[in-house]
Amino acid sequence: MENILEMKNINKQFYGVQALKNVNFSVRPGEVHVLVGENGAGKSTLMKILSGAYQMDSGEIYFAGEKLDIKTPLDAQERGISIIYQEFNLIPGLSVAENIYLGREPLKKSGLIDWDLLYKNTRELLDRLQADIDPRTLVSQLSVAEQQFVEISKALSFDSKLIVMDEPSATLTPKELERLFAVIRDLKSQGIAIIYISHHLDELFEIGDRLTVLRDGEWITTDNIEDVDKNYIIKMMVGRELTNSYPPREVTPGEVVLEVKNLTREGVLDNISFSLRQGEILAIAGLVGSGRTELVRALYGADPKDSGEVIFKGKPIQIDSPKDSINHGIGLLPEDRKQQGLVLGQSVRNNITLASLDKLIDRMLIRDNKEKEAVHKYIKDLGIKTPSEDILAMNLSGGNQQKVVLAKWLFTDSEILIFDEPTRGIDVGAKYEIYVLMNELTKQGKSIIMISSELPEVIGISDRVLVLHKGRITGEYHRGDLSQEKIMKSAAGEVN
Amino acid sequence: MDAKANVAELRNSGGFLYRINNSYYKPEIYAGIGLVLLSIILSFASPYFLESRNLINLARQISLYAIIASGMTFVILTGGIDLSVGSIVAVTGTFIAGFIKSGMPILVAVILGFGIGLLFGLFNGFIIANTRIPAIIVTLASMSMGRGTALLYSNGYPISGLPNSFKVLGRGYLGPFPIAVYIMVVIFILTYIVLNKTKFGRHVYALGGNEETVRLSGINVRALKMKVYVISGLMSAISGLILASRLGSGQPLSGDGWELDVIAAVVVGGTDIAGGRGTIIGTIIGAFIIGVLNNGLNLLNVSPYLQLVVKGLVIIGAVFVRAGVNKAK
Ligand SMILES: Nc1ncnc2c1ncn2[C@@H]1O[C@H](COP(=O)(O)OP(=O)(O)OP(=O)(O)O)[C@@H](O)[C@H]1O
Ligand SMILES: [Mg+2]
Repeated sequence: MENILEMKNINKQFYGVQALKNVNFSVRPGEVHVLVGENGAGKSTLMKILSGAYQMDSGEIYFAGEKLDIKTPLDAQERGISIIYQEFNLIPGLSVAENIYLGREPLKKSGLIDWDLLYKNTRELLDRLQADIDPRTLVSQLSVAEQQFVEISKALSFDSKLIVMDEPSATLTPKELERLFAVIRDLKSQGIAIIYISHHLDELFEIGDRLTVLRDGEWITTDNIEDVDKNYIIKMMVGRELTNSYPPREVTPGEVVLEVKNLTREGVLDNISFSLRQGEILAIAGLVGSGRTELVRALYGADPKDSGEVIFKGKPIQIDSPKDSINHGIGLLPEDRKQQGLVLGQSVRNNITLASLDKLIDRMLIRDNKEKEAVHKYIKDLGIKTPSEDILAMNLSGGNQQKVVLAKWLFTDSEILIFDEPTRGIDVGAKYEIYVLMNELTKQGKSIIMISSELPEVIGISDRVLVLHKGRITGEYHRGDLSQEKIMKSAAGEVN
Repeated sequence: MDAKANVAELRNSGGFLYRINNSYYKPEIYAGIGLVLLSIILSFASPYFLESRNLINLARQISLYAIIASGMTFVILTGGIDLSVGSIVAVTGTFIAGFIKSGMPILVAVILGFGIGLLFGLFNGFIIANTRIPAIIVTLASMSMGRGTALLYSNGYPISGLPNSFKVLGRGYLGPFPIAVYIMVVIFILTYIVLNKTKFGRHVYALGGNEETVRLSGINVRALKMKVYVISGLMSAISGLILASRLGSGQPLSGDGWELDVIAAVVVGGTDIAGGRGTIIGTIIGAFIIGVLNNGLNLLNVSPYLQLVVKGLVIIGAVFVRAGVNKAK
């Protein structure tokens, strides 16, 4: 079959670091081509070159038989190549419809924007995804998953022949993922090619036709999905065998350290009570919008609460702000690394130490060597791929940015760590290392609350699971009594 | 895993280049080159430019608004702006002069006058930290109120006839340099340390980069905002004190329009007006560029009207060069 896209001998350096080395990559019309590789392998960079966001150092790109010279993202979009970036590019202060048709708003004869048509077109796009979102809603009011759908709608609006999805599933629940897959199959049947990047290997078998693996900026292999299995893919990605997905849990949770009583926030959280034991990993599951993130944010003091009590080590404590939480030894790794976790324009080092500078201070001044030592330790322990600790966070790959946020919260030495989607965007090998780390933390007597949309992960590493539905707890399961079906039932609102 | 080995390896191969290309030092490097070029041109154009008398005079002229610019750097780094600095100069100067005239001991008068200047910084900080009113509006209002206060208090006339002992600070020399220059140097050293070596400095940078991240990191954002406007007010008050001492009077119209030179110095020095990036060294260089420009154009007998135009062009040019460089990356 004729290829719709051919990228040949692509090279790209960033200040002396070779991010892509002679990469060859081709895509056929109507296929779903999966692109995998470890964090920092060069997947996003390759796609940014295709989209015109970055310029390659050398190489050639052919699209639909013609040699392409892409200078700007608009060039690419007009040629029929659309990219949904790993980090969204929506404008929070504009509505869904305005975002999708930004700069291309339908006009009336008078030259004014035809709002009715704008909303109608948007409605149709969203309907194709069966997304229940009002085109008039401001993007700032959408959940991460909903923003994802807006991004996809935007790509659809360009009538593209090739759509790149850079980790679209990282933020979706299983049900939403099914919808996405349905959309992808629909696009496929129309002859549209999809490049699909994901760290969730199970998905690849469900949706992919072919697969390409990158490692350290080099092309490793391209195969038909039918011919490969998960172990093979992991081996190609990591360069060695990985035997386990989850390390064994060896910690027996001790005394109750944290008790939340009747936490309520009008319209969001309804009378939530639960407790957390020392050394426990408590997972909170539920669909997007079930109140998981809202629960931990209210607990942490990031959002206001209407009523409720928090008892920490037997004593009631007052938490009105994140500062209060941190002072008590409670840390929250937020859901959205770009908006809430990082200062993108600051160095890796400054990001890691931002929340715990007190630890590095001696006679009022931050001690350079202490700081470097601490930062190097996390770069090493978490395998953060960065040429130096002085690199700006925005120049790291998505997964490595996530590791920086993780490092930041580990460095606070909190006794209770709340992780909201800690492994989002992290590759298989690194995920395993993060689970090991969570085990290690609980061995040291720390307790973890983890929100995760990945049920295998929830089942694989937690001691106990709370399931939320519409701001209420609808299920509680202990390790050994856990299954995906049970969690899904509770998440759908069936009380057990 | 591979990544671990890579950290060391990549640092060796790319570390140095990264440092140059990836740091905040960059804008100040360009500003520095600009300053050197400007000085070379002026030294050819006017034989007086490099004379030590002129250079010392230059340092003295620069010192007053460079001190304010160091405070303004904090404000702009957080993504804010302070238009009231010139008015605070006037308020501080007139009140100190008035208090001295009314018979207060100089030290008491200075402390009280200072306090009044600081009140404006507190007012700015309090409103900006606790409401959603943008800094540009709040400080525009206090710019007007400050000027008004100075005029009301002095009835619109300079308050002069101050004792000679008060004039030492503004007119005196220590060795070859005016005292004000030493004050400027000390302030720059202090602000350098605060911005680069303290928790507060880190928080200032982070706040300008991403306020939500800073809040979720357990940092008191309100207190932080409050502090930067107080610092800006304090620096303006110091400058107001030195100016009153130099003039030997408190002048209600002094400091008029200074906010422009001050903001220009900070921005030409490479600080991003949107916050999050910039350096105090850049601000020093920026202050010198503006000062050298003022001084040089005077030496060359360029009309003051044309000087304004040239200054405007330099500001645009500096920001333009930097934007171009960033884009090329
Ligand atoms: N703008 C940039 N400046 C400097 N280095 C960069 C830049 N963009 C990417 N890199 C580097 O290039 C390498 C590849 O990054 P890329 O984002 O392509 O990885 P990725 O495969 O998408 O990883 P992930 O799975 O974590 O998203 C990384 O080492 C990254 O640090
Ligand atoms: Mg990526």
